[in-house]
Amino acid sequence: MKQIYSSFHEAVKDIKDHSTIMVGGFGLVGIPENLILALVESNVKHLTVISNNCGVDDWGLGLLLKNKQIDKMIGSYVGENKEFERQVLAGELEVELTPQGTLAEKIRAGGAGIPAFYTPAGVGTPIAEGKEVRTFNGKEYLLQEGLTADFSLVRAFRGDRHGNLVYNKTARNFNPMMAAAGAVTIAEVEELVEPGELEADAIHTPGIYVQGLIEGQQEKRIERYTVKAEA
Amino acid sequence: MAVQKDKAAIREMIARRAEQEIKSGYYVNLGIGMPTMVANYIQPDKEVVLQSENGLLGIGRSPYEHEVDPDLINAGKETVTASVGAAYCDSAESFAMIRGEHLDLAILGGMEVAENGDLANWMIPGKMIKGMGGAMDIVHGSKKVVIIMDHVNKHGDPKILKECKLPLTGKGVVDRIITDRAVMDVTDEGLKLVEIAEGWTVDEIKEQTEAELIISDELLKMPSSK
Repeated sequence: MKQIYSSFHEAVKDIKDHSTIMVGGFGLVGIPENLILALVESNVKHLTVISNNCGVDDWGLGLLLKNKQIDKMIGSYVGENKEFERQVLAGELEVELTPQGTLAEKIRAGGAGIPAFYTPAGVGTPIAEGKEVRTFNGKEYLLQEGLTADFSLVRAFRGDRHGNLVYNKTARNFNPMMAAAGAVTIAEVEELVEPGELEADAIHTPGIYVQGLIEGQQEKRIERYTVKAEA
Repeated sequence: MAVQKDKAAIREMIARRAEQEIKSGYYVNLGIGMPTMVANYIQPDKEVVLQSENGLLGIGRSPYEHEVDPDLINAGKETVTASVGAAYCDSAESFAMIRGEHLDLAILGGMEVAENGDLANWMIPGKMIKGMGGAMDIVHGSKKVVIIMDHVNKHGDPKILKECKLPLTGKGVVDRIITDRAVMDVTDEGLKLVEIAEGWTVDEIKEQTEAELIISDELLKMPSSK
């Protein structure tokens, strides 16, 4: 049985200054909203954050940024956030841009015990600087190293007390790989259920990757509300 | 000189021409911006599966207001629906599909394309870097990469060059370029002009293209926006 936290404050209390954390989500979809809020409150500093994006100015990881808790950000797209731009230009924030598929695979590799792999993405581009290039079957590839973290904060739709997780639609995104790549993985779930309630064949993240869980209600803010006019 | 159409009409013309690249049975990734518009013109008789790199194989139409699900977006972070028979996956799997060359076609935007198929579409030095997102992976993953963009930039300067000046997204990755004025293929011999839009002459296109153009023996007219 896994640890079930009674508060978000308790869930993040072991995260100390200078920790490396992975945070699930694509844009604002699938982010562990309440764990991020608790981190803001905890005021831990000098974090290295690995996440595809960095939230928006007033939500998600943007809140950590605003509170100057992040020293370094590793992601693929950070263009939704003005404070991000300001901090990078002011030299307050280090950023390591990584192609999205490479980022996903680096995290997957990290969680799967693979120290490095070759990928074609980025050959001949600025991100190839300083990286080994090797040719296989006439095509060039870059050597990329796997990523792990001290803590992974993920968001799932449902989770059980064994840590098994199920995600909803495109809120899955980076969460499963991050769950595996964190030394300690904390899952914020919309609904905590009893073992046996999730169909074993339909579990996305097997419980072995998860150390603790907490149930949390989500706001689920929408970045680009796009609808079709009713006929 | 061709009559200047308004911006929306030009985008529609490019999107409609790009749609012709899509064959029934294709798995297709459409980039953010103008490429996303191509979906609006897919002929109903074509069975096409649109892939979104955030983990959706089978993008549907935009939702009606009552159907909006905040957990369901495309890579442009717009709310969408899933098509009938769609599948969700995580980001690593999504890019495994891409990197593993399982997609038939990717249609992306471009800032510059070189005659050897180099593509630059992610950063302008001196301007804030937003990030490459999935573009660097997608250009290596699809069986065919089509770039859609204006033929010249807002100053009237060529965007199709002998060599890209901007930092690359990918080296030698482009197969075809579709602009408001022409369609060009990257071939072993060089960049080949294969279609030309109504109202433009071959000489005008050559003038607006820094890259050396080979003129196809079977040069076709580009379909107009009508």
